[in-house]
Amino acid sequence: MNKPVTRAKPRRSKLWLTVLPMYAFTLVFVLGPLVYMFVLSFLERAEGWGVTNAFTFANYQNILNPIYLDTFIESFKLAITSTLLIILIGYPFGYFMAKLSPKWKKRVMLMLMIPFWTSSLIRLYGWIIIFRANGTLDKVLMAVGLTERPLKLLYTYPAVVVGMVYALLQFMVLAVYSSAEKMDWSLVEAARDLGASPLQAFLTVTLKMTLPGLLSGVILTFIPSMGLFFIADLLGGNKIVLVGSLIQDQLMKAHNWPFAAALSVVLMLLTSLMISVYKRVTHSTELEGLL
Amino acid sequence: MKNRTKLPAVFLGIILVILYLPIALVAVYSFNDNKITSIWSGFSLRWYETLFADSAMFEALVNSVVLGVCASFAAAVIGTLGAVGFTKLRMRTKGTVEYLSTLPIMIPEIILGMVFMVFFSLLGLPFGMTTLIIAHTAFCIPYVYMMVKARLVGMDKSLFEAARDLGASEARVFFDITLPLLAPAIVSGMLLSFAMSFDDVIISVFVTGVNVNTLPIKIYSQLKTGVTPEINALCTLMLVATVCLVLLSGAVGRIGKGKKAPRE
Amino acid sequence: MSQPILELHQIEKRFGDTQVLKGISLSAAQGEFITLLGPSGCGKTTTLRIIAGLETPDAGRVVLEGRDVTDTEPNRRDVNTVFQNYALFPHMTVAANIGYSLKLKKRPKDEIAKAVDEALALVQLTGYGKRMPSELSGGQRQRVAIARAVVNRPRVLLLDEPLGALDLQLRRQMQIELKALQKRLGITFIYITHDQEEALNMSDRIAVMREGRFEQIGTPAEVYDRPRTSYVARFVGTANVLTGTVKAVDGDAMTLACADGCARVQTLGYPFKDGQTVNIAVRSEQVEFEKSAEGCGLPATVKEKSFAGGMLRIALALADGSELIASRHGIDIGVAAGDKVDVTWSAFHAVPVDVEGAHE
Repeated sequence: MNKPVTRAKPRRSKLWLTVLPMYAFTLVFVLGPLVYMFVLSFLERAEGWGVTNAFTFANYQNILNPIYLDTFIESFKLAITSTLLIILIGYPFGYFMAKLSPKWKKRVMLMLMIPFWTSSLIRLYGWIIIFRANGTLDKVLMAVGLTERPLKLLYTYPAVVVGMVYALLQFMVLAVYSSAEKMDWSLVEAARDLGASPLQAFLTVTLKMTLPGLLSGVILTFIPSMGLFFIADLLGGNKIVLVGSLIQDQLMKAHNWPFAAALSVVLMLLTSLMISVYKRVTHSTELEGLL
Repeated sequence: MKNRTKLPAVFLGIILVILYLPIALVAVYSFNDNKITSIWSGFSLRWYETLFADSAMFEALVNSVVLGVCASFAAAVIGTLGAVGFTKLRMRTKGTVEYLSTLPIMIPEIILGMVFMVFFSLLGLPFGMTTLIIAHTAFCIPYVYMMVKARLVGMDKSLFEAARDLGASEARVFFDITLPLLAPAIVSGMLLSFAMSFDDVIISVFVTGVNVNTLPIKIYSQLKTGVTPEINALCTLMLVATVCLVLLSGAVGRIGKGKKAPRE
Repeated sequence: MSQPILELHQIEKRFGDTQVLKGISLSAAQGEFITLLGPSGCGKTTTLRIIAGLETPDAGRVVLEGRDVTDTEPNRRDVNTVFQNYALFPHMTVAANIGYSLKLKKRPKDEIAKAVDEALALVQLTGYGKRMPSELSGGQRQRVAIARAVVNRPRVLLLDEPLGALDLQLRRQMQIELKALQKRLGITFIYITHDQEEALNMSDRIAVMREGRFEQIGTPAEVYDRPRTSYVARFVGTANVLTGTVKAVDGDAMTLACADGCARVQTLGYPFKDGQTVNIAVRSEQVEFEKSAEGCGLPATVKEKSFAGGMLRIALALADGSELIASRHGIDIGVAAGDKVDVTWSAFHAVPVDVEGAHE
């Protein structure tokens, strides 16, 4: 018996319509802008406003200019400091949270999520109240007698670090929690049973099993802490300039778009690099605890 | 032994207290009568009155709500359809588009803001509500997409086949089976999207027009220049709204779990 | 014979590199209960999905009541399925689940309600309409799934291991109920199982599947008593399969030389010649421990005895080292491990299998 020539074709004909909006939106408003950024970073700046069509590497060379390079290095240092502090606080938090009873897990998660969902500006404002001269912290410290004069912590480096840690801590906690929750705790017991000390068991089993969470947390905190310019702005005054602040200045004030684009490309490459290292190490495609 | 088991609880407790401290301070000082935030001079609701009389602030609030609703709704439509289609279709470009569409929450906000700004001006789009909605939709899609996709992966494929078998067309299956079962995931994705949109400063700063303020932009500029206790009052109200939203999304999640497919 | 309800013509299907169906054909009559029996991965479920329209075959045709439905969408076929895991819609009540297909046909509300009540009564779940699927036990869900599939009175009902998830006792009960239901409704059932007992109990005909082909299609008695291949003999009722050479043909029976002894077997009318190599199948319960009337037997050593399922299972080693299984009711049958015996059977109880050219 001959089979019909047109077979099964009319069946799934309309399904592609469902992905059309996503295709269109993603190509036009995600891929388009990113490609343009890349192109822009090789163009020459026009006098005053806009760009010319001349191809140049000058924008990238410009990054090596000591003024900007310093910003990069300072921003890097700040990001490293913040990330280390976030690991120190966030890792144990996520780890302990995963060991709670289901009832308490839910409660702590809710308590963690409320500040997380609260406007980051409100939270920053709280720190401004605490740090400002004669603010809450100064008053408490002077009342206890630890200091005699106001510390004037607002608009200092530590204030910015505190703001960063505070704004990004939850990402680390959730990522570590997510992988610690999936962990098979009997492996730790097995290691202990085989003669490992608690520290050895932690280093050889627990740390290894929660590494995806930890790395994911590092990516989710390190990169943003170079970009969150409004934190540096509000808690650091004009003294601390992040890569993010630099990009914003170049874009909004100096109107040097190609240079801002070059800075973004570098930051973007750094992000991709970290994500690809993460994928290589953990063999997974999605960042742990992203949602 | 007892001390050892208590250590984690103490640690969690201290960190949580520190997390809430700044927020609590903002709320407490919103009831302060004094114009200078750090000096307490008695309980008062005067800043709430000032806030409610501030039409610029109200306008910013309306803008933020409209923006959040539009962006999360657009993201819900695009993200849900995309997730449903991608689980059924086998296309060569699927992986790439999936990766690109989730990029907006992977790359730093500062880059997203900057590329949108330059791209919109390349297209000649007038900066304002339209550009805000497009930009916010871009970073809301991944939230909806990922939540819906996670839910779809856990769903029993035979449910859709059963509906087809019983006489439903592809479209009927979508409206009768897929959509109701995905509803909790879509709603959580939309709530998360709304919260992210409502909180966004960085991207909004880049893509907003001269005369269009969102609430975060307004607060940001106030915090940068002169802070009035009016901001405290506003922040406190937003805090209350956030708590309600979190509890609401928790409730949605619970309803979703209650109706999960029965397991043997 | 009247026109068949369902016909499969040379269906082929491949998933990637694996050819799941290698050209299968089947014809089902009105009201017939046909079981597809085979191990997991033999292509049973794919066959069912092709009949339902959930998969499209690469080659071949599906004909329903004389109409080619090979490319017809599943919602446009008068065929319904009871899914292995029931696939009840978790967000709909039992009544909404059952009435779903009628609602799609835009039947009036009171008519739907009446049909749903009837269907519930049919599966003995009257009054359960307002429950959610999550509030039902496994057996009840099973019944709802059946009610949902038959409420529409399809021409053919497809059942994919519907009793697989139930415990043994409930299974037995549901087998009887399902068979009774099928008789009452007069709908053609295509039933999938890997449980040969279930197949033998319920079916009008059994199609034994192996690696994407039908090994044999026949009534339970045919499949059990006259397995066409050694595979069918082993899979249905676990028969012994031996190989021997024809020594003498005498009418309906013949004598084989086999494992240092001799065995008697039916010819089933095949033209066997002296010296021809033949595989034969013998059911374990037909194996006896004495010289047969024809004076023919196989020397064997008793290896071990074990008791299972109300039967004593005796494993024997034949002279050529191959194993033979015998079974008996009761525990003491007068042989012990290590005993040398002669095993035998009547020619009537042994059939030749894997005969060349025996396929239709």
